[in-house]
Amino acid sequence: MAAARDIAEPKGRMAGAAGAIPRHHYAAFAVMVALLLVAPLFVYPIFLMKVLCFALFASAFNLLIGYVGLVSFGHAAFFGGAAYITGHTAKVWGFPPELAILAGTAAAALLGLGFGLLAIRRQGIYFAMITLALAQMIFFVSLQAPFTGGEDGIQAVPRGVMFGFLDLGDIETLYFVVLAIFLGGFLLIYRIIHSPFGHVLRAIRENEPRAVSLGYKVDHYKLLAFVLSAALAGLAGGTKTIVFQLASLTDVHWTMSGEVILMTLLGGLGTVFGPAVGALVLVSLQNYLAQIGSWVTVVQGTIFVICVLTFRRGIIGELGRLLKRSL
Amino acid sequence: MGHAETAADVILETEGLTKEFRGFVAVKGVNLKTRRGSIHALIGPNGAGKTTCFNLLTKFLVPTRGRILYKGRDITHARPADIARLGLVRSFQISAVFDHLSALENVRIALQRARGGSFDFWRSDGVLRDLNARAVDLLDAVGLADFAATPAVELPYGRKRALEIATTLALEPEVMLLDEPTAGMGHEDISRIVALIRAVSANRTILMVEHNLSVVADLSDTITVLARGEILAEGDYASVSRNPDVVQAYMGSGND
Repeated sequence: MAAARDIAEPKGRMAGAAGAIPRHHYAAFAVMVALLLVAPLFVYPIFLMKVLCFALFASAFNLLIGYVGLVSFGHAAFFGGAAYITGHTAKVWGFPPELAILAGTAAAALLGLGFGLLAIRRQGIYFAMITLALAQMIFFVSLQAPFTGGEDGIQAVPRGVMFGFLDLGDIETLYFVVLAIFLGGFLLIYRIIHSPFGHVLRAIRENEPRAVSLGYKVDHYKLLAFVLSAALAGLAGGTKTIVFQLASLTDVHWTMSGEVILMTLLGGLGTVFGPAVGALVLVSLQNYLAQIGSWVTVVQGTIFVICVLTFRRGIIGELGRLLKRSL
Repeated sequence: MGHAETAADVILETEGLTKEFRGFVAVKGVNLKTRRGSIHALIGPNGAGKTTCFNLLTKFLVPTRGRILYKGRDITHARPADIARLGLVRSFQISAVFDHLSALENVRIALQRARGGSFDFWRSDGVLRDLNARAVDLLDAVGLADFAATPAVELPYGRKRALEIATTLALEPEVMLLDEPTAGMGHEDISRIVALIRAVSANRTILMVEHNLSVVADLSDTITVLARGEILAEGDYASVSRNPDVVQAYMGSGND
């Protein structure tokens, strides 16, 4: 028994051991923060901010696909919906950036609640199709509604002054605000995964009927996870609007839902750091290969095929396997 | 055991339980009474409706007609998660463990349900550490104390069944419903599981679906034989095994 208790004590290496944050997660997080702090010295900050927004978006998406096993094909609605709300409240209603982003996030959470209530009882492909259909409705609304500006989108959104003293017109300030939002979102997702709630999500992913037979009302857990994921995707979308001063149809288009899936798969589904890495790779490709035009899509497709055929766990997933650590 | 059954004796009861699938009647008017504290086995040849009956009792299927009473309370329309909360917990024919969680975490998920606070997404999972000691005790009770840190997927088949029973026990169920607990097991594993079922049956009721007759003979107080969706015979092993209808329908069909 004494030996058994020793075994039962959380070991850092054991995935999901309660209460102990594995040391290699601290290390990986420290490396990520250090890189992001010095990166603007070497790389164009607007590009970095785009990466951060998409890294948060992909991490939020991963919460659902990687830890609950739900494949949503409608996450563009939360990202883009929040982008519009943030743009509108900042530009037309004159909200300061923090309230505008908050409004976008809240709108995405509400939208997530609506989507979730309609879709959550469905399984697999049906769940994906319902989320896609609902997201297409949001796209249509965005195209037609007067406040979204149709094909033009909402342009020239003021960046404003955050909390009354952080002038986001200054690129350096803007970068560190976006970095703080990303890190805040990232840490929240990490906490969700490693909470009592996260443990139930993992159990549902592993064996849903068994979780039901233990008395868990799995639909409620899935719904909360869906709303959290939608809200965090909205946080990413709203922040993106402030950075680019633009909310457009691209943000709510179904290809955006596809891109976030690609980022997550490429980086590593169900890994903590994977989606951020996937976002970095994909946004870099789009940026640096922009001159080859629509061939970017072909390159993306090729990468996707290679990923599925040769490294199914994604970049970080494979790396974690080599190091025998869950990253 | 021939004494009159009072209402208090019967913990789980069905009245005219019927399930039809598009014209095919899988379970037909079954009246089942499971006495509190007994081990009750549901047997029958393949296709007799055992598993359907079991899934009706555990609410994984909705009956076409009839009622299910648990402690005199109608649970016919309760949902699966609800009956688990009332103390009626099932196991599965296909080994039902959480594959990529350790044995300890498997049991702890069940303990966590009773603890509550499982929607707390903002709280650290460090709060679950308090459950570890109880989880280890439960693993110890089924002989798995040395496997606490082993992912369930790496456990041999018989051990998975033991883990599943430990997980079920964590909910302190009044009634355990076991779906073919020895299915697919070798002799050694079977005797270990039989001993385990006997050990955990103290102070609780067990209703099990079983195919393996020797398991049922050793273990059960009451045996109900199903054939073509209907109850063919009921009683202890000695009387049931002598019943000519049962011999015809079940023993004669070449089952060992």
